[in-house]
Amino acid sequence: MSGKSPSPPMSAALDLQRGRSTVPPTSVANARVWALGSTALKIAGLAIFAFLLFGPLANLVLWSVAERWYTPFKLPVSYGLRYWEVVFRPTGDAMSSLATSVIIACLTVVVALAVSIPAGYALARLKLPWRTALMILFLLPQAFPSVAIYINVARVFYSIGLTGTITGVVLVHAAHGLVYSVWIAAAAFAAVDRDLELAARNIGASPLRAFFTVTLPLAAPGIMASAIFVFLESLDEFTGTFFVGVPQVTTLPLLLYNASMGGNYQIASITALILLVPSVLFMIVIERFLKADVLSKVGQ
Amino acid sequence: MTVGQASHRHPVVIFSRNNRRVKRIREDIGVDDSVLAAIDVDHLQVSYGSQQVLHGVSLSVAPGEFIAILGSSGCGKTTLLRTIAGFQKASGGAIRLYGQDVVNMPPEKRGMAMMFQSYALWPHMTVLGNVGYGLRLRGVPKDEIRSRVAAVLKMLNLSGLEDRKVTNLSGGQRQRVALGRALAIEPKILLLDEPLSNLDAKVRIQLRSEIKSLQSRLGFTAIHVTHDREEAMTMADRIVVMDAGRIAQVGAPKEVYDRPNSPFVASFMGADNTIGLDVRPSGGGVEVSTDNGSTAFYGGEVPVGSLTAYFRDDVASLDDPNARVDGSIILPGKITQRTYPGGHYRYVVAIGDRHFTVTDDRYHDVDRPVGMRLPLASLHLFPQAQSTGGNHA
Repeated sequence: MSGKSPSPPMSAALDLQRGRSTVPPTSVANARVWALGSTALKIAGLAIFAFLLFGPLANLVLWSVAERWYTPFKLPVSYGLRYWEVVFRPTGDAMSSLATSVIIACLTVVVALAVSIPAGYALARLKLPWRTALMILFLLPQAFPSVAIYINVARVFYSIGLTGTITGVVLVHAAHGLVYSVWIAAAAFAAVDRDLELAARNIGASPLRAFFTVTLPLAAPGIMASAIFVFLESLDEFTGTFFVGVPQVTTLPLLLYNASMGGNYQIASITALILLVPSVLFMIVIERFLKADVLSKVGQ
Repeated sequence: MTVGQASHRHPVVIFSRNNRRVKRIREDIGVDDSVLAAIDVDHLQVSYGSQQVLHGVSLSVAPGEFIAILGSSGCGKTTLLRTIAGFQKASGGAIRLYGQDVVNMPPEKRGMAMMFQSYALWPHMTVLGNVGYGLRLRGVPKDEIRSRVAAVLKMLNLSGLEDRKVTNLSGGQRQRVALGRALAIEPKILLLDEPLSNLDAKVRIQLRSEIKSLQSRLGFTAIHVTHDREEAMTMADRIVVMDAGRIAQVGAPKEVYDRPNSPFVASFMGADNTIGLDVRPSGGGVEVSTDNGSTAFYGGEVPVGSLTAYFRDDVASLDDPNARVDGSIILPGKITQRTYPGGHYRYVVAIGDRHFTVTDDRYHDVDRPVGMRLPLASLHLFPQAQSTGGNHA
């Protein structure tokens, strides 16, 4: 009995195989055409995508090394690194505005974290009655047309002497960055298992001690990611800096704006390329820091 | 323990008041009320918002005692443990540790240690960091922390793993590290929140006996929350069965198992089969009869009237339908199903329109008429009104 039992399924399998081999050859050719077509489509799609992504970048690079380039010519007339030298000259505007940009970005991160760590923890752990309203409050600066907001901010800042100061610009950038930092920090704290904190309290840690030895280190990757977002946002920010900081505070985006308005595409391109470096670097870092378990809790 | 003998003296469960039984148990195991209890929970009430979870729970745990709190999910057993630990605010009542009321004390001041179902190890620390955390909080010098952690790890068969990341350990090792973290601070009270339920069966049984032997060696008081009846039975000195935010029964494992005080406890302890019995006084004993006409004479002590009997699969056995056995009632029926889970056969027997599961050592053919034999001494009898209805296979 047991010796015979395997034979029926085996013969069924053979039937199946035979059945498959009798498929007409035309359909095989058809399938091959389809496969070829879909591969070609994929390649074309990728090429368009790559062009959209890298075309402007290539243009930037080309402009940054073009010493002379005017209308009838499709490519620069002469190449050289003269403008790079202008930008990186120690006395140049570019280096000082890069320094200003970085200082403002760092201060913005400090201010944003000072708000978002306690706020994020509270939003994640405490049962706040207006939780959703609070979350939306941090979203508000992004919800309205920024020019309208910044004109009014500039007026208020002017009356209290904050226009044209680094402090004023930092405050504007921080308000703008808080949405990222608070929402991501809240998600990062929510992703830390409550029991981990309770285990520390249980064997003798005060609430503050438990927070600094357990909760904060475990939420650190998410908070780090939010800090990077805030840093990049600040580095990139134009409108707020324009209304609040000009003319005393010149950041890289403002320099870029001035250069391109003045028709100096080489300087503008080089500034844009400099601005690109931290963005690309940090995006690579963020990808390592922001884990799925944190991302899934953003906005909850 | 003398409790075992007590159950022989009264072979049939007599429905009795809960507090009377608790008192007797305490006398049996020598708990004197004048000695300060390690944990004294007094009419504890806990609510989540408007929903009350604990309705005035009272429980006294002697120093060095191992208590298991048993109940189905949502009965409030974890809430009780977390309130004792201080993670959950009480809305009424008191918790006294060695006479001191701690109900408003934050968890870090209560001096207990807890093991969590989720292990709750800190993934950003090594084994040394985890186990030594409590010592570091207490300002113990670094060298001493290392040597004391090494001693704890040796006790738990984890020697040499100090610098390992806890994320690189197996489940059993992780829960051992969690146990080590709890024991490193030499707590007087250890709270166990279903710590074994995430582990493999084999590791679970091993860790069960390890915790038990550590408890008798180190002498700490333990409260163990579990939904695993066997785990509670094998580990605890006393079992607390909870139902819907109240304590249903407290007693030694054998007491609760053999003499449940309510239908709930009976069915929770595995007596899933129910059958209606009618008991009338007759001569020197009682005459017991069922709806379908089976009768038996019984000389033992049983309550009289309309009763519901609760019994476990292994109490019933299969016999000849026409057999008459003293002290047992035999219900004629038919076998409808037979399975072999190992060691014995499990049968489903149809009696009238009801089905019962019965375990029996012998092989019987399906569809054969049999008699399900129920020894009256092993049935848990409760007045019919208390029955919650047919909870049977």
